[in-house]
Amino acid sequence: MTALTDRVPHAAVPARRPVLTVTDLTVVYDVEEPVTAVKDASLQLGRGEILGLAGESGCGKTTLAYAINRLHQPPARIASGSVVFHDRDGGDVDLLGLDDEPLRRFRWSQLSMVFQGAMNSLNPVRTIGAQLDDTLRAHARMSRAQRRERSAEVLTRVGVDPGRLRSYPHELSGGMRQRVMIAMAMLLEPQIMIMDEPTTALDVVVQREILREIVRLRDELDFAVVFITHDLPLLLEISDRIAVMLAGEIVELETAAQLHRSPAHPYTRRLLGSFPSLSGERGAFIRDGVDPEES
Amino acid sequence: MTNIGPDVQVAVEGPGGPVETTAPTTPPEPRPAGRARPAWRLLLPTMTPWLATGLVLIAGVVLLGVVGPYLVGDPDAISDVGLSGPSAEHWLGTTQTGQDVLAQLAYATRGSLQIGLMVGVLATVLSAFFGIYGAYLGGAADEVFSLLSNVFLVIPGLPLVIVISGFVPRESRGLWTIAVVLALTSWAASARVLRAQTLSVRARDYVAASRLSGEKPWRVIGVEILPNLLPVLASQFVYAVIAAILGEAGLSFLGLGASNASTLGTMLFYAQNGFALPLGAWWWFVPPGLVIALFGMGLSLVNFSIDEIINPRLKNARTARRRAKAAARVARKAAR
Amino acid sequence: MTSVHVTDLTKDYALRSGLRRSTLRAVDRVSFDLVPRRTVALVGESGSGKSTIAKLLTRMEKPTSGTIDVQLDDRTPVMGSVYQRHVQMVFQDPFASLNPFHTIEHHVARPLRIHHRTHDAASTHARVVEMLERVNLTPAEAIAARRPHELSGGQRQRVAIARALAPGAQVLIADEPVSMLDVSIRLGVLNLLGRLQREDNLAVLYITHDLATARHFSDEILVLYRGRVVERGPADAVILDPHHDYTKLLALAAPDPDRVGSVGREGDTAVTREAIDNSVCYDHDLGAWVSIDEAPAARREAARA
Repeated sequence: MTALTDRVPHAAVPARRPVLTVTDLTVVYDVEEPVTAVKDASLQLGRGEILGLAGESGCGKTTLAYAINRLHQPPARIASGSVVFHDRDGGDVDLLGLDDEPLRRFRWSQLSMVFQGAMNSLNPVRTIGAQLDDTLRAHARMSRAQRRERSAEVLTRVGVDPGRLRSYPHELSGGMRQRVMIAMAMLLEPQIMIMDEPTTALDVVVQREILREIVRLRDELDFAVVFITHDLPLLLEISDRIAVMLAGEIVELETAAQLHRSPAHPYTRRLLGSFPSLSGERGAFIRDGVDPEES
Repeated sequence: MTNIGPDVQVAVEGPGGPVETTAPTTPPEPRPAGRARPAWRLLLPTMTPWLATGLVLIAGVVLLGVVGPYLVGDPDAISDVGLSGPSAEHWLGTTQTGQDVLAQLAYATRGSLQIGLMVGVLATVLSAFFGIYGAYLGGAADEVFSLLSNVFLVIPGLPLVIVISGFVPRESRGLWTIAVVLALTSWAASARVLRAQTLSVRARDYVAASRLSGEKPWRVIGVEILPNLLPVLASQFVYAVIAAILGEAGLSFLGLGASNASTLGTMLFYAQNGFALPLGAWWWFVPPGLVIALFGMGLSLVNFSIDEIINPRLKNARTARRRAKAAARVARKAAR
Repeated sequence: MTSVHVTDLTKDYALRSGLRRSTLRAVDRVSFDLVPRRTVALVGESGSGKSTIAKLLTRMEKPTSGTIDVQLDDRTPVMGSVYQRHVQMVFQDPFASLNPFHTIEHHVARPLRIHHRTHDAASTHARVVEMLERVNLTPAEAIAARRPHELSGGQRQRVAIARALAPGAQVLIADEPVSMLDVSIRLGVLNLLGRLQREDNLAVLYITHDLATARHFSDEILVLYRGRVVERGPADAVILDPHHDYTKLLALAAPDPDRVGSVGREGDTAVTREAIDNSVCYDHDLGAWVSIDEAPAARREAARA
């Protein structure tokens, strides 16, 4: 643990008990000229914490998320590092050493994911209920009635009328479908949810409703969230801690408040400066032709 | 997996415009200047063993059809060595009337290639006109054009060809007549494929942008849309050539082919009439059949490679398979 | 210099479901003016009609009713084939708006040739290089020879801007020009637009769903909801002092770094979408609420006064 704190000086260790520890994870794309997409990434996710992962397209944030879950596809390859899951009951699981079958069982039940275009990955010719039911059947031993009850319960939790179980995906709006995807990710009460740009394709008002829902669910159910997006202001609002990624490396890992108050890395400052504040000053935004000094 | 790409290094541009030229964080040049690849290179398929096999087959058959006739004797010359097997004098033996099979094969291949090319061009032009132009115009024109191609699509091809060929008197049934008949019955399917592709290309922003900048319709079609359809057109062309050669062979075999030309089909027709099969004269009917099969196979292999350009996922699947194999090999070696 | 006067712009789309026909009013009686050196922002979410207005202004669609008057300084109307020389557009998706088959040079050179800005190959090339340098794409010679897939999103959008300005356009419609770009390069592109606007005296229509950039980049904001303007006025007034429920909702939903850790803790908002009424509009210039039916008359009167 001391090695970890040495590398990333502040807030590298969450205030709560950890649920996931990633140490020196390196992911390489074995193409003609191998590309290191994630380089020595180390982070710890606390139980019930929302950890923001900020960075721009191509910085390796999605690759990191996939690698944690071993969902990466060749040519991506985990070159080194470890991912350890700390179970609620106290046992530790080395995710990178897991065999296929235990990994499959682990995936949705302990760690689930919501992807960017997730709302479009629902099967258009089957009802929402049938698709929720599939997930339950694959992972849990429950009777048909129990499964239906559970499906209705998660839908209610994410703010969708359980009557919608009989609806087809096209009958729901984009925001509704994304909620259904979040419901699906919550179905087995995982301890970790990884959300990759879950709201990017949605309108601002809908996005806000869903974010609020995620925070509320987290407060109620105490799962940890890794929230990946390029939208730093949004992360500042919902995360406990934020990791900033640049070219495959985590360059800063800080509490949201600290990051906003005094960002240490120049890239973080640049990212923060690139958003004009709605109610405040213009930041790096110029209209009068005077370029603000870069310092 | 969107994070792979040439710019894995984040392209950072300055918040103020001019920063880009002065700040040290200018994006790395994706490629050294002046090494832009010409556009046509993008349209070429990657060389694979399959593509190479296909090209070799096609080259062989084309060579036989183009150069062959100059090297062999008169295919119609009758000699008294009838129905003899391959020998030093007649490499592929002779027919019932003592004609040299190799000479006939060379001329017949030329005839088949001619008709294939003619039909391929005609059918592609027809399908491009009805498919692309109709889809570009949209509205009523599109409705009429696609109705027309749908009608042609449901007309059963071979029976119609037989009827038309039977209707045209034998004397005036030249190569062109057959080519036009085959082209008329085979353009509709590709027109539909092209229409679908055009509709998708037409909806892209760059087409809107070029219209917005005041381009004339024919330039929008020819310069902005058509290049992006070239792989599809090429694939449809290759397919039309295969279909034409097979169709013509079928017609000729039935005795409805061109009267003034010899093709692989007419060769088979005469072999059938000369009882080549019951007499066991395999050297008479196997070569034309084999040439048709090999040429069709070559064109299909090329077509698969073109399909990879149209649908890059096919290519990705292939590269992934190759990588997985290579990785397995490395793992096996390491285990040993 | 060119300006645009949009009056009571309305667009209906015919919907067919089975045998029933109905019409969807995508844009309902929208009026605004685009004048040189000023930026008007259209703000709203998807389906609010803002992209339809862009299509109407670029003549990709015909309005059902209402007028779009484009005129020069001396009040000569701009009509017919020269329309495109004056009104140009920057598209949202820089990955779709450039033809993958052609070089960057082709994209900028074509409008120059079509509108007879240059007459031979040498002068066209020189002009292309000059245009690329104006949008900070350097080295311009090398970039001109490249193809779209070799450029980053930000670079492509700069090419799109150069293409739009190539005919000598004085009115620029920017349809979400930065929403597909990485955040750290968004301001770069907007600042570039701002600089070009000052240098060329452009009239800009900035279409966006992002309130923060709308506020800082534009002079006037029109908030659209379901095809109608529900609030309009000077940028700062609309954002800092929103009157209409919908504007308030938008402002609350926009991420604001100054509200660290506030999601889910701000309490329930009083406004719900269902309760939003788009038949009235708050006009900051008039300082009053006007109903959609009397809005045009009210504005005309105010202009006369």
